[in-house]
Parts: sequence; C-alpha cells; structure tokens
Amino acid sequence: MNTEVIEILHGRTNPMIDPTLHAWGWEVPVYLFLGGVVAGLMILVPLLELRTGDKSRAFQHIPLLAAVLLSLGMGALFLDLEHPLHVYRFYMTFQPTSPMSWGSWILILVYPALVLGWAGGLADETRSWLSRLPGQGLLQQLVDLGLAQRRTVLWATVALGLGLGTYTGLLLGTMAARLQWNTAVLGPLFLVSGVSTGAALLLLLRGEKDRSHLLVRWDSMAIVVELALIAMMMIGFSTGGAGGHLAAASLLGGPFTPWFWSLVVVAGLLVPLGLNLMELRHRMAATLASPLLVLVGGLSLRFVLVAAGQASSFALLH
Amino acid sequence: MSAPTSQAPSLYAMTMDSRKCVGCSACVLACRAENAVPPGYTRDWVVKEIRGEFPVLSQVIRSERCNHCVDAPCVAVCPTGASFVDEHGTVQIDRDKCTGCKACIAACPYDARYVHTDGFVDKCTFCMHRVARGEDPACVSVCPTESLHFGDLNDPESSVSRLLAERKVTVLHPEAGTTPKLYFLS
Repeated sequence: MNTEVIEILHGRTNPMIDPTLHAWGWEVPVYLFLGGVVAGLMILVPLLELRTGDKSRAFQHIPLLAAVLLSLGMGALFLDLEHPLHVYRFYMTFQPTSPMSWGSWILILVYPALVLGWAGGLADETRSWLSRLPGQGLLQQLVDLGLAQRRTVLWATVALGLGLGTYTGLLLGTMAARLQWNTAVLGPLFLVSGVSTGAALLLLLRGEKDRSHLLVRWDSMAIVVELALIAMMMIGFSTGGAGGHLAAASLLGGPFTPWFWSLVVVAGLLVPLGLNLMELRHRMAATLASPLLVLVGGLSLRFVLVAAGQASSFALLH
Repeated sequence: MSAPTSQAPSLYAMTMDSRKCVGCSACVLACRAENAVPPGYTRDWVVKEIRGEFPVLSQVIRSERCNHCVDAPCVAVCPTGASFVDEHGTVQIDRDKCTGCKACIAACPYDARYVHTDGFVDKCTFCMHRVARGEDPACVSVCPTESLHFGDLNDPESSVSRLLAERKVTVLHPEAGTTPKLYFLS
C-alpha cells in the first residue's frame, strides 16, 4: 500500500506559529547584519593598524561608528522582544548552551573595547580639540589607558569581533529544528560576510588610498571564502538526508531561490568580486558600486536565511 | 493517577493511543479552560493524518502537545534560564525570566510553543499544578475514550509504564534527536 500522506488536518492555529513559523520579523536580520558589519569593523580596523604600523586618521572615529551601529542593532533586537521589560534577565545569568546568552555578554564586552580603541587611536589635533569639551579628565584617562595598552586593546577588539561575527551565525545554526539552519557553516559564513560588509563600509567612507587598496584585497578574499562556504553549505544539505534535501530545495527551485541567487550570490558576491578584481588587476578607478552591492548582499543574506529557516520545519518531513 | 509516594522523584510522561482517539477535541477544550489559554491559542491540538491511495486509505488521529523532551532544544537555547527541566523531567517556563526572545520557539521541532498575549512564551505544562494535587492533567482527565494516559516512568506499575511495555510505541520526529516523552501507541 502506498503510505504517502495525502492530507493532514491540523487543529493548531497559533498566531506566529501556523501555518508557517514567523516568530522573527525584520528586526532579527537587521540586527544580524549590523552585528556582522560591526564585527567586520572590529577585525579590520585594528588589523590595518597592526599591519601598516600606524594609526589611520580617516578611520579614527570608526570605533564610535561601530558602537552606534551596534546600538542600533541591539535596539532592533529590543523591539523584537515580546516582553521588553524583562531585558535585564539576559544579564542575570550565563547559559553556556545558549548562543544568545554568549552574545549578550560579548555585546557588553564590546563597548569598553571600542571606547578604549577609539580613545587610544585619536589623532593629536582631534585630542586637543576634544580636550576643550567638558569631561576632559575622563577622556584623558581613557586616552592614557588606551595608549598604554594599545596592542592589547587592538587584539582584544579583534578577538571580540571574531566572537561577535561567529555568534551571529551560530545563533541560527544551533536551532536544530529549522532544516535551513542545520549547518555549522552559518557561523563562519556570517563571520566572513561580516568582514566583507565591514570592509565595504570602510571603502564607502573613503580612507587613505593605500589602506583602501588593502581593504579591496581583503574584501575580495572574504567574498571568495564566502562563496566557498555557501558551496559547502549546499554540499552539506545534499548529503544531509531528507531534511538537508528540503533545505537545499528551498534555495534550488523553492520559494527563496530568486532572492538568494539574485541578491545574495550574484549581486552581493559575484558582481562586487568582479568589480574588485578589475580594480586590483587593471588599476580601474574605484567606484561606490562594489561596496554598496556587498552591503545589499550581506543584508539580503540575513533576510533570506532568517525567512527560509523559519519556513523549513520538521513538519515538512512526513 | 495517585500522588507520588516513592522517594525517587517521579519521571512524568504521557501516552496517546492513536487507535482509540476519535478526534473529539475534548482534550483541547479542557486544556483551554483549565489553563486559561488566550482565545485563538492552543496548548494541545488534534492532527488527522490520512495516508494511502484511494480507496485504500488509513487515518491516524493524534492529540499532540509539548513532548517534554529529555534533550529539550528549547531549554538549551534559552538565554535566561526561563525554560528549564524540572525535577520530574517535565519542561517548564518561568514567566518572570522570559524576555520573549522566541529562541525556544525557533528551536522546537514540534512548534509546541507560542507567545502568550501577556508577552511570555507559553506551552503545555503537563498540568503540573493538577499533578501536584494527585490529579491527572486536564486533557487526560476528560478523554472519553481513555486514549490519553499520564504517569511516572520510574514506577513500573504506572499505566504509562505498562502501556509502554505492552504496546508498539512511536514518537514524533525521532530524527530530531530530542527523546520526547509523549509516546504514541499504535
């Protein structure tokens, strides 16, 4: 007898759950995107200084920009909470099996690292201008500490950036109930995407030329790694049994196919990679097109995966 | 069921006999009334699954709810400890600790949780407030065909232990690896 399911009559119609889970709206992908960009900034800016040996004047306020962007992302996350008055509960405990708990504590550590990185990286004239503002005693203390511990602060910022970028992916990757998120690749994928989008934002801000050249090279490497990770994710799905096949199908012919391939892969990765290579190989003038496309692609990656993951449930496996 | 008397903590589980269930939804209504579930929401529900090819068809009716998994992913991902496994192996929610982040909802392979209209995440509790009084959960107590049984897995004489020993048993989505404690008898 053919035992294929021909009809399921489901008596559950819970809002937000049925017929398809949509617990997380725009707030979560926006947060994951901004968290990724900030992770990228936290990795790239210190590494640029460690690599070139001197501080970037153009990027001196990037740590403050990162703090603002992260706060905007956390604001989006706050809006997503159904019981926002209980937000302090994140900081009354540490749950080692919960990526969200790790993330909450990483976010708290990020701010002092960014402030010390900013204070220690200020150009002399900026510092003297700021010293005319009220509260300069505190600023001077921050500058002294930031300068004295410069290398420690820079490496701590890189380490926290790696943690922040990876956790944004693992946040989804540990939700075993969602077939589309059942891949550990999401951790490194979101991290590398964060590095790429961070580089894109720095390129949009037009820093010094030698640093821009280095950033385009690093961005191109990140894009190549991202493409490889996406290929690994698809291979993992194809060998991942019925659940993996369903996850792959939503990106290969299913409802999320056009968004994933057009916005994420082609517009967000392949086209900017081509533009970057033309800039590097043929000395063509840099335009804003490549970094803008990388940012659109990074945001689209989060939106597509958050939506596709919620649509991919075990209920699809009869 | 009777109130726990042994010194070892009870390990509660539920069995659901899909051969006896007629899909009357008395379990659903009893749960809503007992637990003041907000209108439009439900902690338990009836699923009718029709398989085969006409005219050779089979129908299975199940009363489903939170599976109170041994390896509960909802508990693992909860960032505040609001979702926890109690001393009787049931999965519970501390409303005062819940932020409504919905990580547990995304992590549940059975989609058994929802956001209560008051902002916390809610689901089946196995009616532990009734169990503490020595009563069965509301759904079990009203089932007219006795397709639902509730009891202590550590007690070999409990109805669930006997049914699990005697009958062929399945669980929902064993591939999720959560080791559910809502057993379906077929």
